[in-house]
This record gives sequence, C-alpha cells and structure tokens, in this order.
Amino acid sequence: MSGTNNMNLTLKVWRQKNAQTAGKFVTYKAEGISPDMSFLEMLDVVNESLVHKGEDPIYFDHDCREGICGMCSLYINGHPHGPKRAITTCQLHMRTFHDGQTITIEPWRAAPFPVIKDLAVDRSAFDRIQQAGGYVSVNTGGVPDANEIAIPKVIADEAFNSATCIGCGACVAACKNASAMLFVSAKVSQLGMLPQGQPERYRRVQSMVAQMDEEGFGNCTNTGACEAECPKEISLTNISRMNNDYFSAKLFRQEELHEQSHGEG
Amino acid sequence: MSLDAKIPKGPLAEKWSTHKFNLKLVNPANKRKYDVIVVGTGLAGASAAASLAELGYNVKAFCFQDSPRRAHSIAAQGGINAAKNYQNDGDSVYRLFYDTIKGGDYRAREGNVYRLAEVSVNIIDQCVGQGVPFAREYGGLLDNRSFGGSQVSRTFYARGQTGQQLLLGAYSALNRQINAGKVKMYTRTEMLDVVVVDGKAQGIITRNLENGKVETHSGHAVLLCTGGYGNVFYLSTNAMGCNVTAAWRAHKRGAFFANPCYTQIHPTCIPVTGDHQSKLTLMSESLRNDGRVWAPKTVELAQKLRKGELKVTDLKEEDRDYFLERKYPSFGNLVPRDVASRNGKEMVDEGRGVGATGVAVFLDFAEAIARLGEDAVRAKYGNLFDMYYQITDENPYKQPMRIYPAVHYTMGGLWVDYNLSTNIPGLYCLGEANFSDHGANRLGASALMQGLADGYFVIPYTLGDYLATIGPKPIDTKNPAFEQTKKDVEARIEKLLALRGNKTVDEYHRELGHIMWEYCGMARNEDGLKKAKGLIQTLRADFWKNAIVLGDNEELNQSLEKAGRVADFLELGELMVDDALMRKESCGGHFRVESQTPEGEALRDDEHFAFVAAWEYKGDNQPEVLNKEVLEFENVHLTQRSYK
Amino acid sequence: MSEFKQTFNSSLGKKLIMALTGLFLCTFLIVHLGGNLLLFKNDDGFAFNVYANFLTHFPPIEVIAYLLYLSILVHALYALILTIKNRKARPVGYAVQAKSDASWSSKNMGLLGSILFLFIVIHMSDFWYRYKYSGSMNYKEYRTDLSSGVTQSVEFAPTSTNFENSVQTENNFEIVRVKDLHERVQQSFSQWWYVLFYVIAMGAVSFHLLHGFQSAFRTMGWVHRKYTPIVEFIGTWFFAVIMPLGFAAMPVVYFFTRS
Repeated sequence: MSGTNNMNLTLKVWRQKNAQTAGKFVTYKAEGISPDMSFLEMLDVVNESLVHKGEDPIYFDHDCREGICGMCSLYINGHPHGPKRAITTCQLHMRTFHDGQTITIEPWRAAPFPVIKDLAVDRSAFDRIQQAGGYVSVNTGGVPDANEIAIPKVIADEAFNSATCIGCGACVAACKNASAMLFVSAKVSQLGMLPQGQPERYRRVQSMVAQMDEEGFGNCTNTGACEAECPKEISLTNISRMNNDYFSAKLFRQEELHEQSHGEG
Repeated sequence: MSLDAKIPKGPLAEKWSTHKFNLKLVNPANKRKYDVIVVGTGLAGASAAASLAELGYNVKAFCFQDSPRRAHSIAAQGGINAAKNYQNDGDSVYRLFYDTIKGGDYRAREGNVYRLAEVSVNIIDQCVGQGVPFAREYGGLLDNRSFGGSQVSRTFYARGQTGQQLLLGAYSALNRQINAGKVKMYTRTEMLDVVVVDGKAQGIITRNLENGKVETHSGHAVLLCTGGYGNVFYLSTNAMGCNVTAAWRAHKRGAFFANPCYTQIHPTCIPVTGDHQSKLTLMSESLRNDGRVWAPKTVELAQKLRKGELKVTDLKEEDRDYFLERKYPSFGNLVPRDVASRNGKEMVDEGRGVGATGVAVFLDFAEAIARLGEDAVRAKYGNLFDMYYQITDENPYKQPMRIYPAVHYTMGGLWVDYNLSTNIPGLYCLGEANFSDHGANRLGASALMQGLADGYFVIPYTLGDYLATIGPKPIDTKNPAFEQTKKDVEARIEKLLALRGNKTVDEYHRELGHIMWEYCGMARNEDGLKKAKGLIQTLRADFWKNAIVLGDNEELNQSLEKAGRVADFLELGELMVDDALMRKESCGGHFRVESQTPEGEALRDDEHFAFVAAWEYKGDNQPEVLNKEVLEFENVHLTQRSYK
Repeated sequence: MSEFKQTFNSSLGKKLIMALTGLFLCTFLIVHLGGNLLLFKNDDGFAFNVYANFLTHFPPIEVIAYLLYLSILVHALYALILTIKNRKARPVGYAVQAKSDASWSSKNMGLLGSILFLFIVIHMSDFWYRYKYSGSMNYKEYRTDLSSGVTQSVEFAPTSTNFENSVQTENNFEIVRVKDLHERVQQSFSQWWYVLFYVIAMGAVSFHLLHGFQSAFRTMGWVHRKYTPIVEFIGTWFFAVIMPLGFAAMPVVYFFTRS
C-alpha cells in the first residue's frame, strides 16, 4: 500500500437524528483516502475517526457490498448511487473522484421514503407494493414439473431483464416526480410476460398500482431518468407494459377483477 | 451425552418417504392455533415462513435488514443443483447424493444427504412455478450446466444471479402470505435470545433496530434460519450484516454447535487492497476453466513485481510457476476449491505473492485469449472481467488477474437431527445456520439447494410432528423465563453501551479476523491453534474493557449493533479453534499440517474422526464439552480424495 | 366508486387522460396547419377567409371545436393536478442535482405547456374571440368571374351588425362576402414583438411535442419493437420539426413581406 495517490476530500453529509427532527448538512474532512477504496469503505474510515472522537458515526444502509442486495442508497453529487452508470454505491470506487473534491451526500428524497436517520430511509413502501400482488399464487408442492411449461428463450430472457431489479429505490430517487413506476412495472412485467403469471396478470397489475398510488409516489412523465440511473439498467419499456396491462384490466377486460382488500378499502 | 440423529431405519431410498408417513399430522382446524417464529428471511427462512403459512400456521418472521429481500442468499451467483437428469447424461438422485457426500469428504450423514438429493427435483419445479426466470434453451426448456467439476450437467442457473432470483421467488411467496395475513413480518428487528421454558423453545427476544425496543415474542416453535458465520474472519464474501448472534445465543441456551471449524474458502476472490477493506468479492470459479494460476518462481522476482520494478507482462515464461499444473498434472487448474485455495496461500506465505500487498497470485488468461481469441473469452467471462476491472482498475484482457482465497461459506452450525430440530425441542435450525448436509466441504451449487430443501420440503413435514405432539394450547407468556430472558438481553445491551474505551468495535473485529485467518483458516497446526486460543481470550477480555460503543439504545445505533455481534464472534472464534484443535485430521477444506500424506496432501483419519463434533456450552469462560455423533456409512465406501 | 371513476382517479388513469387529450390536440394541429397554409395563397385571403368562415359555421366542426377547447382545458388541468401530486411526492428537494440523461424537454413539459397555454389564450382572444364575438371585424367581398376564374376583392360594409356571410351568383359572377380574418392576421403579423412571441411559442410546441407525442404512446402502453421507432420518427420530424416550422413561417413570412 503506497500512500502516494491518496486523496483528501471534503464531504457534505446530510445528518438527521430521526424522522421527527430537522436535518442539516455537516461538513467532514476525509483524509488519506485510497483510490482503491469503495465509497462505503471511505465512509467507514470517516466513521472510525468519528467514533474515536466520540462523535456519532454517519448512519447509512448497506449490506452485501457487491451490488446485489439493494440495501445501499446515497445520492452522491446529484446522482443516485454516484456518477457512474450501472453500479450501486457499494461498487463505486474512490478513483472516480479527485483529490480536493467536495462530495455532497444526501439520502433518497421522496415522501414515501421518510428518513430514518442520516442517510438511511424507510423503503418499506416497496415491500407493501410487492405484498399487494407481486407473486404467482402457488403453494409449495402444488406445481407441475418444471419442464412442463416451455417458455420461448426470448421471453424468458426479457422476463429475466425485468427480474434483475434489486429494489434499491434509485429510480424513485432519480425521478423528478419521485415516481416508483419503474420498480412496480419491473415486477408486473416479469410475471406478466411469463406463462406462470398469466392467471393473475390483470388482477396483479391493479392491486400493485393501487398500492403504489396509496403510498404517495409521483407520476411517470417518461423522462427516462430512472432508466439512466438504475444500477441494473431496467428498461423504461416495463412501464409501458404495465400501463398496457392496467388499461386492459380496467377498461377492456370483461371479467370482474377485484382489487385485493389489502390496499384500498 | 449420546446424540440421536433420528435417521429413519430402512433402505436409503425409502427413508424419507417412510419417515414422512410416520410423522404425526396436525388437524387442519388446529393449525391456526399454532404460532411459529421464523428468524431470518433468506432462502431457508423465507421458504419456510411461506410454506408454513400456506399450511395454516401463524407465522412471525424476522429480519435485521430493511426488507426480507435483502438476505445474503441474494448474492449467490453460480446455480442450484437438482437431480432432474433433463440432459440425459446419467444423473440421478443417487449420483447427486454420492457426489455430495464425497464432496463433503465423508463428514455428512447419508440419510440427510440422500433426502437433499431427493427433494432437489421438487425445488426446481417450485421455483419455476413461482416465475423464477431460469436460463432456457431455444426450445423453451430449462438449460443446465456443469458446475464445480461435476461430471454431469445438473446445475440450473439464472445468469450469474441465481441466488437473487431464487430469493425473490421465496420472497414473493412470503409476500403473498403477508398479504393474506398469515405472516406477520418484522423488519429491522434483530433476534437477541431464545426463550427456553422447561427445556422447550417457546419464544425469542428481539431488539427493534429503529427504536431500540426490546420485545418478547412467543411461539410454539422457533426456526433459526440465520445464515453462516463467515464474518468471524472479518473479511469474507458475506454481507456486512451477516452474524452468528442468533445461533450463538441459542447455543448459550443449550443448543449444540456442530463442526464450527468447517469453513469453506473460495479460491478465486479479488484480493485485499489494504486495511480499509471491508469485504471480499467472489468471482465465479468457472474462471479456472480457462485461466492459469501462477506465481513468480522466486521470492526476488515477486519482490520486484511488488515494487513495480518489473511489469508482470515482462516476466519470462520460465520465471513463472504454474503451481497447480505442476503439482496436480491430471486436474491442473481445476482442482477442488480447497486444494486451489491452500496452494495459493502457500505461495504467499513463501513470499511469492504479487500485487502491491503481496497477498495474491495470478490468474492468467493470456493463453486462453491466444487460443480462443479475445471475443470468445469476452463472451464467456465478460461480466466477470468487467467486475474485476471495476474493482481493481486493471484490465484482465491485458494483464493477469490477481486472485486470493476468501472465506465464503460455513459448513458448521447448530447441530440438528434428521427433523432439523436442535437438541432443544421446539428449536429448529435451517439452511447455512445448521451444521448442514455438506460435511467438511461444500460443493458448488449446493448451498441454495439445501436452504430451499429445508424450507420448502423438510420443515413443513417435520415441524408438524412436533406441534402435534405438544398440542395447540396457547403459550404462557407469563412464565418467568420470558421476563428473565428479556432482562438478560437488556442487561447485556446496557453493559455494551457502558463501554467507553479507546478502540472501535471494527478494530477488534479486524484483529479477530486476522487471528482466525492466520491460525484457523485453510491450514492449521496445533501450536498455531493454541496460540490463537490465547490471543482470542486476551482480545475478548480487552474488548469488554476498552471497546467504544457510542449512542443510546433508543435509536438506530450501528455502534451497538456491531458490538453485540462482534462480542459473539469473539466467543465463537474460540470454539472454532477448540474444534480445530480437537480434529487432528485433514478433511474437506481444512489442512491439518500434522495429518498429511508423504506427498504433502490432506490425509483424512476416518478411524478416529468420522463423527460430528457437537459442542455443548457450559458457562462463560468454561471449556465446552464435546459430544460425538458417529457417522455411519452403509451405502458409500470411504475413499481418499486424490487429484494428482 | 365505479370502475371508470376509479380508473381515471388512479395515477395511470390521469396519465391516460393526458395522453388522449394530448394526441387529440396533435391531430387538431395537423388540420390547423393544413388550413392555415392557405395564408400562403396569394389571393388576398380569399381561400383563408372562406376556410375560417367554414370552420365557424359548419355545425359538426363546431362540436369538434368545443371538444377541442375542452381538451385543452382538461389537458392543462390534469397537468396541474399531476404536477401538484408530483411535488408532494418530494417535499424535500436535493441540494445538488447533476445533469441527467433525461432530455431537457421531458423535464420541462410544465414550463413548455404553460407557455403554450398563455399563447393559446392570446391567440384565441386575438383571432377566435374577435372573429366570433367582438363585432369589430371588417368584411370582404370576393367577386369571381365564373368564365375566367379571376377573383377580385373589395371592402364591404354590411348593413346589419349581425351579418355573418353570404354567397350569391349574379351575372356569371360569384360573390362571396365574409369576415376578413386575413386582414387581422396581416395586422398582427406586422408587429415584431408579436411575431417574436409566435416564434417562441412555436419553439415551445416543438419541444413539447418532441417529448409529448412519443410519451403519449408510452403512457398508453403502445410500445413495440417495430413500431415505436416509427412513432419516434413522426414525433421528432413531423411534430417537432416540420409542423412548428410551418406555423412559425406564417408570422415570419408575413412580417418580412408586408407592404
């Protein structure tokens, strides 16, 4: 480890004790930062020094640190998950920044994602949307042989593209309207494209959209900021697929498609 | 104490079906009178919670993350094995059983492993039914690949994200039950103790991580699905939050901890860059299909490389030591994970390591690129190369990758019988958290299989038997054991919060990790282990004097969360060392220096060590007591592994 | 709540209303442009005035016209409702906002729409309202020699204040008397600031439709590997380039060729 390339940075970090108290930016110095560090490791270093000084460390959500669990967030210099494409914050390395740079770190901003502490927000709204209908209703054991259903490879691949969503919320953070449609549509699309998802296709889209609306997310204006910032590059086309299914369900389907009792009363 | 694994009698292939028939059933009308607690929402936990709720039990599920979907099962890349024989290449339940038990170096139970192979086929059906988008062929049917040196193509996969897709499938089943009101989900809630009443598990104590509230939850049974303890090494491929606390707390309440020293080390991880490193990233071992592993021939050359006086691409062919090809001519770079890992570490220990830190060896694709062309290599490994480039800023198409082994999985865990019950009635353990079906070493693509087998297809049957036996009467939460356990938890939190020393919890954790990796990692010997034991004891004593734990209980407090987990790792670490000391044989991923063949290969000692070591807690700072469950092999013949 | 009501109260339903009214307005623009191209006919406004007269006096067209006005109002109203809801979804904004990949027009539909709304108000009060209700319009008489086909125009002052139009044939001459909207156009387009405002407004139309046309298709869920590129092509070249250029050409040409 040679320290020759190490950087000194200024961090402007959003600190907020809890949802009830107002937050503010606090400036910290991050010194001797190796370009090989990940962004979160840089924050670890800052936190270690804060703890040594007896100050409350900066709280941020993180877990797997390999870009798949979707727990890390952070709005870094105006971008969810930082300035690089197709990665999460934990995959962002400090070599992306330069010595002397000021980095502003904010939490995801959306009414349905209230701040819990500092940079951590409550994303349980996403879980509630999934609970409203993001599944195929099969019980354990009561399924046919896996090869009984042939699925064209292109369909399976396309469903997979939608299924790669990690539920991090960057789409909401990036959208000027704090819309969750990319997230919701990814699940609607995945199951709506596969034969297994057909029986509940129109019911699912209605209950998930109803729950999404209830959570208070904004509307889609097809700007595509979500797609551009999504660490898994989920496509905007999913939203159109969802819309199509939704309007079919609401305006054209003959059968009665009740919304599930959970969301709307 | 003799341990009864309750393996059903009869021929291997009929054990599980006979057993299922003999298990008592719970009357459908009575099921809603039972409460079941499931801790952890990874593959094992989510699948168990969903399946039990479908049957009609009231389930309470807990996870420390902000959503059940975050559990670390999500990070598994490679695939999941199943004996479907869709490829008509000679696979069968028996072959999967045989490969798994041999891969585990004959340290797993025949009955369990056979059952695992048997239900593997149902898992794939279940996942496909849920809409898991497995890879498919143009004909629309499922694709398979051969994985981890297996002779048959039995691995189902979803690009490099199989764990994610399987977990999202289980998560969706869980969501369906949450929506139906059959599962009550508690997120950002950590289990801190088990309540044992009259020898039976009847509840847990949790701490709400958002507001610090310590709460009591009662249930007719408690299922621990809390994953492995690889983070005892500080650096591992595990997620930052992975911890042993739930299992360790249960252990301290009387549950036996089996084979703690069995950890799996994965050879192809991206090396450490410095002390700031918080976790290690795994790259699929498929890289070794085309990559050649080497180190510089001499220490001097390695030093020059490290200092940058010599460029790796300038190193002459005769100065390179392709040590795996040299030592294992027939398997070459494709030797099993443990052999590859151990040899890599040996190079580094000899001073022939590379990279700025000197803790890595090369994995070279130059020959493959020359043979296949860069495009073909990109098609096969493009995403891995990108990931490597992303992390290291080095282009693996132009210069060799640097790799180093990392802790990946722990085969040890809470001891369970055939029903997945620990020795405390009512306390069950599933998935990586139990001592599992993998013996001393886990094969690729079998962890996902075991987690889902336990959750979807084993526990729904075996738990019913226990519940039918105890009957549906409500749990008496007035029992003083509940209050007492809660008080114990609160006292411990207070004790931790009173620590205002001069060393951070992470510093202790890192130090423990160094000790474990150095002395209780891939190769161990008696002297080193004894030294480690002393070091851990000293470190633990120091922790309780000099650690810094800031903040209050009533808020999100990462300082406190980490402190509790590291305190448990500091105790577990010592038990791992004890277990490693006791096991004087080399087996699975563990090379006991005292037990080797004349050629320097691992030497198993079936005569003395063909048993499961189940450790019994006897009180703080008291030596733990060893209970042995002798492994009986009626169907397979024990052979020594050789890769020469 | 009836299913329809529920649908149009949902976030997607509101977006559907935006898309449908938006596309309806797009189709109107085509008609409007086609008609207005008559301004370029060098006939002292004969064709244009007759066309204006037809639009305001043919009952089915009038019905559609009112539908159109309603669409404009609904489109604007729902834009407002959606914007308010979107603002509510992010009560605390970001301190730093980087340049994103999203197009400028897609992020500024509200601003562009507001400019357009202002434009429409001015535009309609200047022409439509005056034409229909002010009574301050001049009239023109076009006499066409049916044998030679030559038309001559003269000023005409009706005797009745309620006079709208008349067509009669006398001595092999067709005499058409209509309100002279063409003159109003000429007058308006002779002021530089008026022309400038029109050109800016047409710029707003361009950017509004650059995003809006294809966005409406996306909202309705009509995304298709084969047809979406065609929609995007039409949205870009026809609605965002040709049409605004066509509209903007009118004031510009009139301004520079005024006598």
